[in-house]
Amino acid sequence: MNSFTLTQAAAVDEAVRDFAGHAGAAYLGGGTNLIDLMKENVSRPAHLTSLGHLPLSDITGLPDGGLRLGALATNADTAWHPEVEARYPLLSQTILAGATPQLRNMATNGGNLLQRTRCYYFYDLATPCNKREPGSGCSAIGGQNRVCGVLGTSASCIATHPSDLCVALAALEAVVRVQGPRGERTIKFADFHRLPGNQPELDNTLQPGELVTAIDLPAQGYAKNFTYLKLRDRASYAFALVSVAVGLEMDGNTIKTARFALGGVAHKPWRDPAAEKMLEGQTASPDLFRQVATKVFAEAKGYGVNSFKIELGKRAIVRALEQASEMDQAIDSNAFLNSNP
Amino acid sequence: MSQTIATPPTVRLDSDVIGKPISRPEGPAKVSGAAKYAAEYNVPNLWYGYIVDSPIVKGKITKIDASAVLALPGVQQVFSHENVPSFAWFDRSYKDDVAPGGSPFRPLHEPEILFSQQPVALVVAETFELARYAASILRIEYAVDEDFNTDLDKARAAGKGFDAPKGKTGFLPPPKPKGDAEKAFQAAAHKIEGEYVHHAQHHNPMEMFATTVEWLGDGKKLKIYDKTQGAPNVQQYISKIFGLGKDEARVISKYTGGGFGSGLRPQHQVFLAVMASLELEHSVRVSLTRQQMFSLGHRPHTIQDVKLSSDDQGCLQSIEHNAFAETSQYENETETVVNWSGILYKSDNSKFAYELAKIDVDTPADMRAPGAATGSFAIESAIDELSYKAGVDPLEFRLLNYTYTDPTEDKPFSSKRLIDCYHEGAKRFGWDQRNPEPRSTREGNLLVGWGMGSGCWDASMQKAAAKASLSADGQLTVSSATNDQGAGTYVIMTQVAAQTLGLPIEQVKFNLGDTDFPVAPIQGGSWTAASVGSAVQAVCQEIGKKLLKLAQRMENSPLEGIDFEDVQFADGHIRANEDITRTVAIAEVLAASGEAKVEAESSAQPNPINTMKYSMHSHNAAFVEVKVDEDLGTIHVTRVVNAVAAGRILNPKTARSQVLGGTVWGISMALMEEAYLDNNLGRYMNHNYSEYHIPVNADIHKIDVIFVEEEDDLVNPLGVKGVGEIGMLGVAAAIANAVYHATGKRVRDLPLTIDKLL
Ligand SMILES: Cc1cc2nc3c(=O)[nH]c(=O)nc-3n(C[C@H](O)[C@H](O)[C@H](O)COP(=O)(O)OP(=O)(O)OC[C@H]3O[C@@H](n4cnc5c(N)ncnc54)[C@H](O)[C@@H]3O)c2cc1C
Ligand code: SF4
Repeated sequence: MNSFTLTQAAAVDEAVRDFAGHAGAAYLGGGTNLIDLMKENVSRPAHLTSLGHLPLSDITGLPDGGLRLGALATNADTAWHPEVEARYPLLSQTILAGATPQLRNMATNGGNLLQRTRCYYFYDLATPCNKREPGSGCSAIGGQNRVCGVLGTSASCIATHPSDLCVALAALEAVVRVQGPRGERTIKFADFHRLPGNQPELDNTLQPGELVTAIDLPAQGYAKNFTYLKLRDRASYAFALVSVAVGLEMDGNTIKTARFALGGVAHKPWRDPAAEKMLEGQTASPDLFRQVATKVFAEAKGYGVNSFKIELGKRAIVRALEQASEMDQAIDSNAFLNSNP
Repeated sequence: MSQTIATPPTVRLDSDVIGKPISRPEGPAKVSGAAKYAAEYNVPNLWYGYIVDSPIVKGKITKIDASAVLALPGVQQVFSHENVPSFAWFDRSYKDDVAPGGSPFRPLHEPEILFSQQPVALVVAETFELARYAASILRIEYAVDEDFNTDLDKARAAGKGFDAPKGKTGFLPPPKPKGDAEKAFQAAAHKIEGEYVHHAQHHNPMEMFATTVEWLGDGKKLKIYDKTQGAPNVQQYISKIFGLGKDEARVISKYTGGGFGSGLRPQHQVFLAVMASLELEHSVRVSLTRQQMFSLGHRPHTIQDVKLSSDDQGCLQSIEHNAFAETSQYENETETVVNWSGILYKSDNSKFAYELAKIDVDTPADMRAPGAATGSFAIESAIDELSYKAGVDPLEFRLLNYTYTDPTEDKPFSSKRLIDCYHEGAKRFGWDQRNPEPRSTREGNLLVGWGMGSGCWDASMQKAAAKASLSADGQLTVSSATNDQGAGTYVIMTQVAAQTLGLPIEQVKFNLGDTDFPVAPIQGGSWTAASVGSAVQAVCQEIGKKLLKLAQRMENSPLEGIDFEDVQFADGHIRANEDITRTVAIAEVLAASGEAKVEAESSAQPNPINTMKYSMHSHNAAFVEVKVDEDLGTIHVTRVVNAVAAGRILNPKTARSQVLGGTVWGISMALMEEAYLDNNLGRYMNHNYSEYHIPVNADIHKIDVIFVEEEDDLVNPLGVKGVGEIGMLGVAAAIANAVYHATGKRVRDLPLTIDKLL
């Protein structure tokens, strides 16, 4: 870790200016990812603009019936917020399936969106990695890629975005509010993260110096029919191998609206609008769910160690859709899988 | 008044602290943070060393440019092979007590790289942060040698295996063959053949390795606070290399935050810290990062081939068990892997082999139940497979092939209550309710499976010494240079001392972890209770003899003329066995003697005749329930009953904790643990707590521990067998067997992660 300077910004525009005024600056949220990366010398910011004192930790209702999640609200406060629990239980369940209570108490919503991949090589300076050092090569291809992706990968990077929270936000079609040197703008969640292509060093579409100020949830929270299914190597404190967030609007056994997203399989939370369309207006059935799952992974590419994610992903979609469409029927395995207190 | 008591010839008024669930005396210090670990001794004027490790697996350092680093204010020195002074010359000086055969790794001696993450330089600075930063900008150039191999399968395919040589203490070569295993196999009614694999696993104790060396400024005198499982082993290693006298290199290790075998051998941080301290004539601390903990040895990746056959009743006709394991290029780490199969089951025909192959990794190391955890996974899986073939219940099958003598050495066991483990464990578990048919039990989406496994472990004892001092106010202090890596040594030794001298436990204090105390072996092999316990008992008996003499010198002593064998020590008194009213309070003896204290030093060692005549082992049987979501490949171990026969249980509370821990280790080995080795880079890649998975609380459900009654007066004076490793055995196999029972799918390659069940 190198030496750095630090400013505690008190207002959003002050933070944006502070960042612009320092070469090699980085924003600091809860620090649960950035500080680790600094200790491993993966990130070497010369300056930190700390966001801890910004007035962005509120969760407030929006005029259109939606909910605004402050970028500095912690993952824990978001998950346990009464409005979130009541109206967006999918989001609440998803957050609680991630990390540990200690981490969730520190981690901010903004930081969660910007956390870096957990690809082993990205964290280890001894190894080539295009995301960390563009042009050096991708060790995960042909290497230990258990945590890597099978959808939307490129020849230069097969990393995944590791967040749980973001998978739910993608399914809920949240909007990210940002402020930067050129003012404010909003970004649709589907456009926030990007695929690696030949620029794997870029995780998202933020411009330099842009700060996430809030995440807006639309009014529809799919509070009746939803599920977050997370498959991982242990019951807690492990990233998803594959996860599925589902929100359905049902009319009896007919699916009126379907939104779902996958985690652990791609460089961004994976949405497939055409697959969602296949569900809409149809009667929920295992056959239909299997067809949808097959469609989602039609173009998937496995890389040896992680090839199992294709089959696992399909099964996870089927199970998650089953669970969401039959909400009244409790399913035992889910009690284990999502048993994060 | 004495005449009115009708005493049988011998009454023992034991205060019976042994066998009581007494809490650890050091508990409050540990939970309040008062207990200091090696990296927590903030001695004055401390400098900090940070290790730079090799990014490459094989090759040579061609250039080290330390100029930028040395120019940083506060950086004191950069050590590397270029400037490390030469110390001892011969390999033997670098051999510690438990070194395997070969040539021990010498940190910073050569420019050659032998394994990835090899320490190549040490940066010493005035603060830890500065040393860490300086290490990150040190420029080292390497000539990479692409001709390396870290892939054990590849080494095996290339015929690189060789018979494991002797050379390491405690290693037993495979048992001699019996009969004709191949022929019996061919002729048998039922047979199975399987290859069982587990990959490299790292110990990952909570406390990272660290050494704080205090430079005492008095000649070369050092106080070395080290993370280790054996201060004396570190002392002799350091003394030989640096030519220091015993009083110059005092090693202290009061608390050890877990070791599991990684702290048996002195690790490279202690060498580096002592070297830097001597060179700079200054106090220095070197502590490792979690990532660097993956360069300190690991349970070796092992491939095992097992062939078993039985007659149509399920009686074993042949046992063949071969193991193929990795070792480093420079040492031959050996474990006892295949012998356990021969000890557990009788068969007229058996054949065993154990081979090693050299790959480009750091030397593997003993890790909790080394060899036995490995071997028991294979044999206990194979036995299960054969029981299905023979159509015999897995428990019944084991009972059918039970042996009352050790077939590998044709000796009786000093005691073996495995049969009670089977019966009591099965009863507690409800095994008789088991539907033998695989895939027969469902609970909603989940398939339920029941499986079992068993194991045995050496009940060994090493020579150990202790000293004791009883002061006039009745306080007894007993000390030995042994270790407590969390197992409960402090409390059990306190109990043994209190019981031997019949003192209240509050009046007894046990000290350990300091080479100024009498020598004790490293804490490993589950032998501490037997070895140090016997020494503590012996030294307390010495004190007892002295007390008796002093008592007999008292005027009108009621103990006049009685031999030591005929008295007992209980509730603070010495009493005649034959007439317990003939008694004197120990406090009175001390007061009358005029002595400020009574002192003794003593040692204990195994009885050579008994160890020659008997096979000495602890045993266990584990019963497991799993629930499997077949579609998603998830496995949950919902219930375990672990029944253990380990002789006398000194403290059921700490012993139970050991078996609980061992069981969790078994679950971990079965379901999670694997260091992912990238064979392109020759490097372990999941080298952190986030990605090297061990269970969290949510993974662990009900675990029930049973200690069956087992009396053994042959094994050692205390009749104890140790419980550090036994709890782990059979558990991984029981889980794989339960998964088979649940799903009909046999997995022979650990860990049983989601992908293996899809
Ligand atoms: C061991 C471990 C296990 C974990 N397991 C999980 C898991 O299972 N699921 C899961 O989802 N997550 C998991 N996490 C990740 C955790 O959720 C993230 O580290 C956390 O959400 C990051 O938030 P933070 O506020 O601490 O971000 P920081 O570490 O402060 O910052 C992360 C990044 O975001 C940037 N940043 C922060 N805030 C803003 C902002 N407002 N605007 C612009 N940029 C910003 C920083 O510059 C930095 O690049 C785990 C983390 C660890 C260490
Ligand atoms: S997958 Fe991406 S992050 Fe991983 S090694 Fe390749 S380039 Fe780096």
